[in-house]
Amino acid sequence: MAALSREAHGAMSEIRLETQALSRHFGALVAVQGIDFKLAAGARHALIGPNGAGKTTFVNLLTGALPPTRGRVFLAGRDITGKAQAERVKLGIARTFQINRLFRGLSALENVCIAVAERAGAAGSMFYPAGRRTDIIDESMQLLQTLRLADAARHRVSELPYGRQRLVELAIAIGLKPEVLLLDEPAAGVPSAESHIILDAIERLPEHIAVLIIEHDMDVVFRFAKRVTVMVSGALFAEGTPREIEANPQVREVYLGQAGLRAVHG
Amino acid sequence: MNFAADFAGILLGGLAAGTVLFIVSVGLSVTMGLMGFVNLAHGAFAMFGGYIVVLAMNRAHFGFAVALALGFIATAALSVVLERFLYRRLYRAGELDQVLFTIGLIFIFIASMTIVVGPESQTLQLPPALGGQLNLGFIQYRTYSIFLIVVGFAIALGIWLTFERTRIGGQIRATVDNRRMAESLGINVDRLFTITFAFGSGMAAIGGGLGAEFLGLDPQYPLKYLVYFLIVVSVGGLGSVIGVYYAALILGVLDFVLTLYLPKGGTIFIYVLTILILLARPQGLFGRKEL
Amino acid sequence: MSAAVSPAGEASVAAGIDNPAARVLMQRHRFRWWEALPWIAAIVSYFAFPDYLGFGTDLLVTILFALSLDLALGYAGIITLGHAAFFGAGAYTVGMLASYNIWTEPITSLLLAALAAAAIGVLSGLVLLRTKGLTLLMLTLCTMALLEQAANMAHAYTGGFDGLPSLPIAPVFGVFEFNPLYADTQYLFALGVLLVCFLFVRTLVYSPFGQSLTGIRENVLRMHAIGSPVRRRLIVCYAISAALAGIAGGLWAQTNAYVNLSTLGLDRAATVLIVLILGGYGRLYGAFIGAVVYLALEHFLAQIYPTAWQLGLGLLLVLIALFARNGILGLGETLWRRYRAKRTAP
Repeated sequence: MAALSREAHGAMSEIRLETQALSRHFGALVAVQGIDFKLAAGARHALIGPNGAGKTTFVNLLTGALPPTRGRVFLAGRDITGKAQAERVKLGIARTFQINRLFRGLSALENVCIAVAERAGAAGSMFYPAGRRTDIIDESMQLLQTLRLADAARHRVSELPYGRQRLVELAIAIGLKPEVLLLDEPAAGVPSAESHIILDAIERLPEHIAVLIIEHDMDVVFRFAKRVTVMVSGALFAEGTPREIEANPQVREVYLGQAGLRAVHG
Repeated sequence: MNFAADFAGILLGGLAAGTVLFIVSVGLSVTMGLMGFVNLAHGAFAMFGGYIVVLAMNRAHFGFAVALALGFIATAALSVVLERFLYRRLYRAGELDQVLFTIGLIFIFIASMTIVVGPESQTLQLPPALGGQLNLGFIQYRTYSIFLIVVGFAIALGIWLTFERTRIGGQIRATVDNRRMAESLGINVDRLFTITFAFGSGMAAIGGGLGAEFLGLDPQYPLKYLVYFLIVVSVGGLGSVIGVYYAALILGVLDFVLTLYLPKGGTIFIYVLTILILLARPQGLFGRKEL
Repeated sequence: MSAAVSPAGEASVAAGIDNPAARVLMQRHRFRWWEALPWIAAIVSYFAFPDYLGFGTDLLVTILFALSLDLALGYAGIITLGHAAFFGAGAYTVGMLASYNIWTEPITSLLLAALAAAAIGVLSGLVLLRTKGLTLLMLTLCTMALLEQAANMAHAYTGGFDGLPSLPIAPVFGVFEFNPLYADTQYLFALGVLLVCFLFVRTLVYSPFGQSLTGIRENVLRMHAIGSPVRRRLIVCYAISAALAGIAGGLWAQTNAYVNLSTLGLDRAATVLIVLILGGYGRLYGAFIGAVVYLALEHFLAQIYPTAWQLGLGLLLVLIALFARNGILGLGETLWRRYRAKRTAP
């Protein structure tokens, strides 16, 4: 509830992530065009849109996985447009992937430890055993516990059910202690019986983190997001609170026009 | 005038050697572009086929053309068997497994050849029509070398036309470009690969036989020229016939010249050049840039 | 950390350390009793097989070489057929320093060999590690061939194809002489060098750096996404691997008292790769097992039936690639796991 009141004083919130006229072309194909976007501290922001709207491309531009054709990206006021992915992570932006990118042969705990060690600046050290960094192991273990993964800690990630793998993916991102967290369809591919775990975890994220979540499922959007941006054909189409977006006739048209989308509430 | 004759002589010699490299390597370039399979054993097929050609002529006294055809067919057949039963299992495997497997194949080929035929080098006895010298006006040059250059050009042109004009050529180009898209278009990629692999290995056999005098023909062949085949294919650009042709000719001339004037370690410049080219263009001169 | 920590904060910390997963990570680097076995075996062999000390020395050098490759291949995932470039660099450093009587002290010579090889490793790594797959493999071959040709070209200094014979090596610690006829000093010296290098590699592998190398091997895209300076790590790893290979090469030159182009050849590079794969890469002791099995087989079979040996080796490689990609240690692990599973089944 404290988060809501902070959002209400929106004008005072720091802008953590901002883009100006961000565009990306692939030859003749325009994937993302001229996006001006702001994400404030503590935000709970959803990005929705039909398939192929360019949402994941947009996230790739934000994280530096893809260089923009035009435009700029700012993190806490600092221009990071030219910076590589790894650098941006160090500056405080983290993401999860739509399809898990985990160290499948390693234990869940080790997966998180590697990320935490990297953040803590320990990962370059060569002359003492990683096992002596009990602080890192502890922090990773606690993180797993908050995501109810403690019993899965010693199992190889490849042996875990998909829903729990998705949680490990989330744990890694949280372990990086980001200021900005980008979640690319966090519940994608998770059996509906398990998806509540992920949604619970997202709800319990630290308040100060600015969270942008790409989603198709309007239930998730309604439950989680304070603001929603709709993206269509690479451009921003509409923005507002979940209720406003749901009531927006143009948004309904865009979604109803696409077969097979179970998007709109009655 | 002497200089011109010398220069032309060296150029022709290098082009002939390069042509042999091209004929052997073109199959490797296409199959690698098609399947991404690191087939280090390609030279072994060239050796195997080369042996068949040479032995068919020397020991069984078949005609030149017949021997070449025999080498092509036998090697293509062998490659189909190996592809169906062994190679196929490793398409999804990691690069390391492919490297190990093909190195193992090389050893098997080398040892088998040594056991069956013996460790000595084999020489091709040229049919009389191709022996002797040819008068080109400004220079007299070995007929066989001219023959090779012409044949190589014809083969390059033929393969290129096949790629550009025929349906199967179009399928190959599409699959090299984007395999998943090609599959979804209904192209039978597996069958395409077997056919291409067979043809490429058959070509290698012809190259091995024709080039017996330039590259030699002894059991160590696959290892001796491994790096050169890989250079030709990588520098040319995987899947590009033009690329392989140019790269092979350049490498042939360079190697010929360097071995002639700097016999001790002169070929170092080939490696330096390769590294520089691949640094500037990792996809090779004519290769597709990966998005 | 997270605002959502449970009220019993202390208990969760304690639970963290007690959790078996955490314990595994904390104790992974501890020495296990059986890790002393190879070294005990090496010392016992010194007394038990006095006629085979030459072979034993060769074995120790091969283990070190394979260990260096394991760092690059098994832990960082850099597939190279050109590792003999560094072996040869080290060998020729020692060889030329000794042959021209510039420097013959064995231990410092090895350090110089390591430096030379590491320098080449950094230079080539900066250039090569931008690429991957076939291109990388081919560039490693090119680098090695390049060095081989350079050594050939500079035959006035390197002795060309025949190399530099009869290298003078000063006694170890000024006391223990390298006897050309009886390899006792060579063996013990090689054993000492291997021990030091092995402890170094072991420390590295269990360190946070080693863990990040594993991460790079397992999923390099994820490593980029957690802020890891992947390229820098790979170059450092490659340089260290090169340095160790250089020490192995230098050791080879010292114990054989000569150096020639074979130290830079494809044959040597392919052999060390086979040795490592045979034993099992990424498992620290794969180098030991692979070297023992390979060299023992080669020693007994290759001399009698060299062609059959090559045929058998080829078949073995094909079988390994198809069925046992993790080598002997990998097979052992699989069998051990099946055995454990059977025992715990009702």
